[in-house]
Amino acid sequence: MLSFFSKPRIRGGVHAEEHKAATAALPIASNFPLPKKLYIPLQQHVGKAAEPVIKVGEKVLKGQLLAYSQGMISAPVHAPSSGVILDVNDYPAPHPSALPIRTIVLATDGKDEWLASPVITDPFQLAPEDISLRVGAAGIVGLGGATFPTAVKLNMGRENHIDTLIINGAECEPYLCCDDRLMQERAEQIIDGVRLMLHGMTNSPGANLHLPEGGRPGIKTTNAVVAVEDNKPHAFLAMKTAAKPYSLIKVIQIPTRYPMGWDRQLIRYVTGREVPVGCRSSEIGVTIHNVGTAYAVHKAIRHGQPLLGRVITVAGGAVKRPMNVEVPFGTLISELFDFCEVNPEVTARIIMGGPMMGDAMPHTGLPTVKATSGVLALTQSELKNTDEQPCIRCASCVSVCPAGLRPLDMANTIRTNQLEATVDLGLKDCISCGCCSYICPSNIPLVQYFKYASGEVMARQQAQHKAEQTRRLIDARNARLERMALQQREEELARLAAKAERERLKAEQGALV
Amino acid sequence: MIAYIKPSSGAHVGVKTSVSHIMWQVMLALSPATAFGIWCFGWPALNLFIITVLSAVFFEAFCLRLAGRVAKPVIMDGSAVLTGWLLAITLPPWAPWWLGVVGAGLAIVLGKQVYGGLGQNLFNPAMLARVALLISFPMEMTTWANVSPLFFPASPGLAESLRITFTGIADIDASTGATTLGFIKTEFSQNRLLPEILQDYSALLNFIGWTRGSLGETSTLLLGLGGVWLIRQNIIQWYIPLALLLTVTLLAGIFHVMDSQHYISPFLHLNSGAMMCVAFFIATDYVTSPNTPAGQLVFGAGCGLLMFVIRTWGAYPEGAGFAVLLMNAATPLIDHYIRPRIYGRDHKGKALEIPKS
Amino acid sequence: MYVLSAIVSLTVLGLFLGLLLGIAARYLKVESSPVIDELEALLPGSQCGQCGFPGCRPAAEALAEGKAPATICPPGGSALAEQIAALLGLDLDLSEIKEPELLVAKVSEATCTGCTRCFKVCPTDAIVGAPKQIHAVVADACIACKKCIDVCPTECLQMHPVEVTLRNWRWAKPVLPEASRAVC
Repeated sequence: MLSFFSKPRIRGGVHAEEHKAATAALPIASNFPLPKKLYIPLQQHVGKAAEPVIKVGEKVLKGQLLAYSQGMISAPVHAPSSGVILDVNDYPAPHPSALPIRTIVLATDGKDEWLASPVITDPFQLAPEDISLRVGAAGIVGLGGATFPTAVKLNMGRENHIDTLIINGAECEPYLCCDDRLMQERAEQIIDGVRLMLHGMTNSPGANLHLPEGGRPGIKTTNAVVAVEDNKPHAFLAMKTAAKPYSLIKVIQIPTRYPMGWDRQLIRYVTGREVPVGCRSSEIGVTIHNVGTAYAVHKAIRHGQPLLGRVITVAGGAVKRPMNVEVPFGTLISELFDFCEVNPEVTARIIMGGPMMGDAMPHTGLPTVKATSGVLALTQSELKNTDEQPCIRCASCVSVCPAGLRPLDMANTIRTNQLEATVDLGLKDCISCGCCSYICPSNIPLVQYFKYASGEVMARQQAQHKAEQTRRLIDARNARLERMALQQREEELARLAAKAERERLKAEQGALV
Repeated sequence: MIAYIKPSSGAHVGVKTSVSHIMWQVMLALSPATAFGIWCFGWPALNLFIITVLSAVFFEAFCLRLAGRVAKPVIMDGSAVLTGWLLAITLPPWAPWWLGVVGAGLAIVLGKQVYGGLGQNLFNPAMLARVALLISFPMEMTTWANVSPLFFPASPGLAESLRITFTGIADIDASTGATTLGFIKTEFSQNRLLPEILQDYSALLNFIGWTRGSLGETSTLLLGLGGVWLIRQNIIQWYIPLALLLTVTLLAGIFHVMDSQHYISPFLHLNSGAMMCVAFFIATDYVTSPNTPAGQLVFGAGCGLLMFVIRTWGAYPEGAGFAVLLMNAATPLIDHYIRPRIYGRDHKGKALEIPKS
Repeated sequence: MYVLSAIVSLTVLGLFLGLLLGIAARYLKVESSPVIDELEALLPGSQCGQCGFPGCRPAAEALAEGKAPATICPPGGSALAEQIAALLGLDLDLSEIKEPELLVAKVSEATCTGCTRCFKVCPTDAIVGAPKQIHAVVADACIACKKCIDVCPTECLQMHPVEVTLRNWRWAKPVLPEASRAVC
C-alpha cells in the first residue's frame, strides 16, 4: 500500500498513435550516397555560434575542425566528409522561417578521407576532465533534440554530486525510430558510451582506476539507468544484454506514453524526484543524456571520431521507402527525400523532428543538423485538422498537460493580449510538448499560442531593456553636453580673466613707463 | 503539394475527434432513454421533443445571423441540438408547444448566445431555461402525464396528440398525476409517514422508467447505461457523476438510517426525478463545470449536496436545476482555487526547494 | 407616520454618511499625484516628438490630464500602452493599436561626407564616426527618432525596417477563423 502512494506518478501525456511499424523493423541504412555538397550551419546547438577556422577554397579531411566553439556554452563543427570549402555565407536554416544562418558549404570529393587521429587504448586511464574535454572537442551535443553541449553537462556532473545518470531511450515521439534501431543494433557501443560518461562525471581526483564493473569500491558511485519505453522490447533486450556485465548500469522499461522522454518527466519517473523550476537536474543529483549522445561519446573517445552525422528517421505517409538512415550533417532534406522516394505531390507538410514537437519546414532545401532526429513527409490525412472551433472547455488539455498547466485559460488570456496574466498562469513552465494541441477537439493551435506569447513576452522584455538603455544613453549624453558646456564656459572665463590680467599688466607697465 | 503558407507549430498530428463528434456521442448516449420516454408518453411527447429541438436550432441560427456570422457551420457542431434535446427531456412530456419554444429561446438566447456562444456561458443553458420556466409557469411545468405508451388503445392518437400539444390537455385530472417525489412531498405535508406513502411504489417500474416524470428523465436504467457508455467512450470523466451520486447516497443513507419515517431511502433518491440525467448529462457539461479532477469532485459533491437539501427540506420536490445552477456559479471560484500543481512548483506556484540529501 | 419616520431616518443616515465621506476626503487626502512623474518615467524619454507633443514631459502631462489616449506613444507600442493604461486605470482596446514598425537608421556609405551633423543630434549617441570619416549607426542603440534624417545634407541616412533574422523571428499569433467567416 505504501509503495502505491510513493510510486512516482506520470502526469498528463497522451497515447499518441505510434506509426513506428514502418521503420522499426528495418536495419539502419548505411548506403546513403554521399551528397555532392554539404551545407553545415555554424550553429547547430544551444549557445553561441561556432567561429570558422577554414578559408574558402581550403581542402579539408573528414573529421577536420571547421569551426571552433565560442565561449562556455557552444560546440565546434567538423567536416562530415573530405572535400573543398566552397563558401562560408548565409544559407537558409533548418527552422520554420528558413531565415539565413551562417553556413559552411563543403564540396565533397567522394574519397571520404579521414583525418588521422590518435587512438586511445584505455580511455578509463584518462582523467574525467579529459573525457569531457574530448567530448567537447568532438562537438557532441544532446542528440535528443535539446542540443545542449554534452561536455558542459559532464562538467556540471562533476561539480555537483550526481547519483543517477539517466540514459533516455524513451523515444516517445510518434514515427521516430532512430534511437530504437540504434539501441537494437549498437547496444554495446551505447553502453560503452554510458560507462565513459560515468567516468567523465567522476569528481574524485586520482580515481581513474578502472574495474570490470565500472565501479570503484570505497568511492561514492553513480548509477546509470537506461530507460526504454515498453513498446521497444527488442531494444530493451539488446540493451539489457549489453549492460549485463556492468552492475552499475540498469536497464528498465518505462510505460509508453508521450511525453515520457521529456527529461523532467523521466527524472520523476525513474528517481521520484522533481526538478524545481529554474534549476538544472544536476542540482538534485540527476543528469540525463540521450542514447544517441552516449553512442556519439563512445565514438569520440574510443575512435577519436567527432560528431559528423547521425541516424535519421525518414517516415510519413508520403514516403515510399521509409527508413532509418545514417547521414552526414549538412545533407539537404531534398537529397534524403530523393533517396527515400518521397512523393512531393501528396506531401502536405515537411516536419523536422517528431510530429509532436518538430517544426514544419517551408521547403526541402534545408540541411539536416545535429538536432535532426527525423524528417517526416506527412500527407493531408495524417495531419491534424486545422479547422479551429471555439473552446468548449472540455479540459482535455488540462488533463494531458505534463507540466500541470491550464492551456485553455492561457490561450484565452493570450487571445485578449493579457500576456502578464498568461505569464502568471505559467507560460514559462510550458515545454511546448504539444499534448494540448494533440488532444484538443476544437483544433485550437494551443502550442502556437504559447510560442507566440513567449516570443512576445521576450520581445517586450527586450523593448523594455532597450528603453532603459536608451534612457541611460540620453542621460549620459545630456551629462556630457552639460559638462562640455561647463568646460567651455570655464575656458571662456579663464580666457577673459587672462585677458583682463594681461591688460592690467600692460596698463601697469604703461603706468610705470 | 505543400499547401502551407505560414509556419505552423506542433503538434502536427492529433486526435480526430471534433466538437460535433462529442455532441453527437452525447446525443447517442441520450437516445435510448429519450426513445423510451417518447414511447412511454406517446405522440404528444414526440411533438414537444421535435418542437423544442427545432426551436433551439432556430434561435441559434437567429442569434448567429444577428451577430453577422454564418450560421451553418456553427449549427453543424450540434451544440444547439443538444441543448434543445437536454431541455426537451426535462420538460413535462405533455407540455404545450409554447413551453418548448419559450424554453429553447431562453436556453439559447439568454443561456448561451448573450455570453458569446459556445464555450462562453456561465450556466448550463438547458437548466437555466428549465428553472426559468419552472418559476414562470409552475402550472404547466408540474403537470405530469400518466404513462400512456404509443400504440396502446388508451393512449392518445396522432390527432389527439396534436390537440394536446397545441391547445392543451382536455381532461387534466384523468390523464395526469404527480411524480413520485412530488407525491411524497405533498403527502409529507399532510403528516403522513413514508411506509404509508410508498405502499404503491414499485422500485422496478421506476428503475425502468415506467412512471410519471419528465419526458426523458424517468428511466434510471437507460440514462445510467448511457452515462456509463459516455464514460467508457472517454467523453465524460467519472469524477462528477460519482461524486454527485455518492454524496446523495451518503447523505440520504445517514438520514434514512436516523429516521426512516421521514427521510426517503438513498435508493429512492437515485431512482427518481432527474438524478441520473443530472449526474451524467447535465452536471458533466464541459463548459460549466470545473477543469480539474479535484475541482470536478468538489463540483459533483456540491451538486449532490444541494439536490439532497432542496429535495429534503426545500419547497420543490426536485432540486436538480437549482443545484446545478448554483454550482455553475461556483465553478469559476472552484477553478480559481483548485488548480493543478505545476511541475517543479508547489501548490502556491513557488519553485520547489532543492531537497537536501 | 411610518413614511415620515422612514424619510427622516434615511435622510439623517445620508447626511451622516456624507459628512463622514467629506471628513475622510479632507483628512485622508492623497497629495497631488506624482502620476506625471511616473508617466514620464514610463515613456522612452527620447523627446522624439512622434506623439505630437514637444517632448515626453508634455506628453505625460497630457496623459495625466486625460487629453491624450494611452496609445499616444508610437515607439512604445502595445506594451507601453498597457502599462500606461494600468497606471491610469483606463480601459484599453489593444486590437486597435498598430504595433510600431521597427525601423533603424542606416548610413549609405557611398554618399556620407562625414559632416558629423547627424551624430551631434542623435539623442542616444547611436551614430559613431569622426569628421571626414564615414559614420555608422549602432543598430541596438537607434531609437528611430529620425532626427538624423532631417539634418543629413546628402540624404545618405535612411530609415530601414529592422531586418528579420533567426534571432528576432517570432511565432505569429494564430488567427481566429471566425473573423474570416463573418457575413458581408
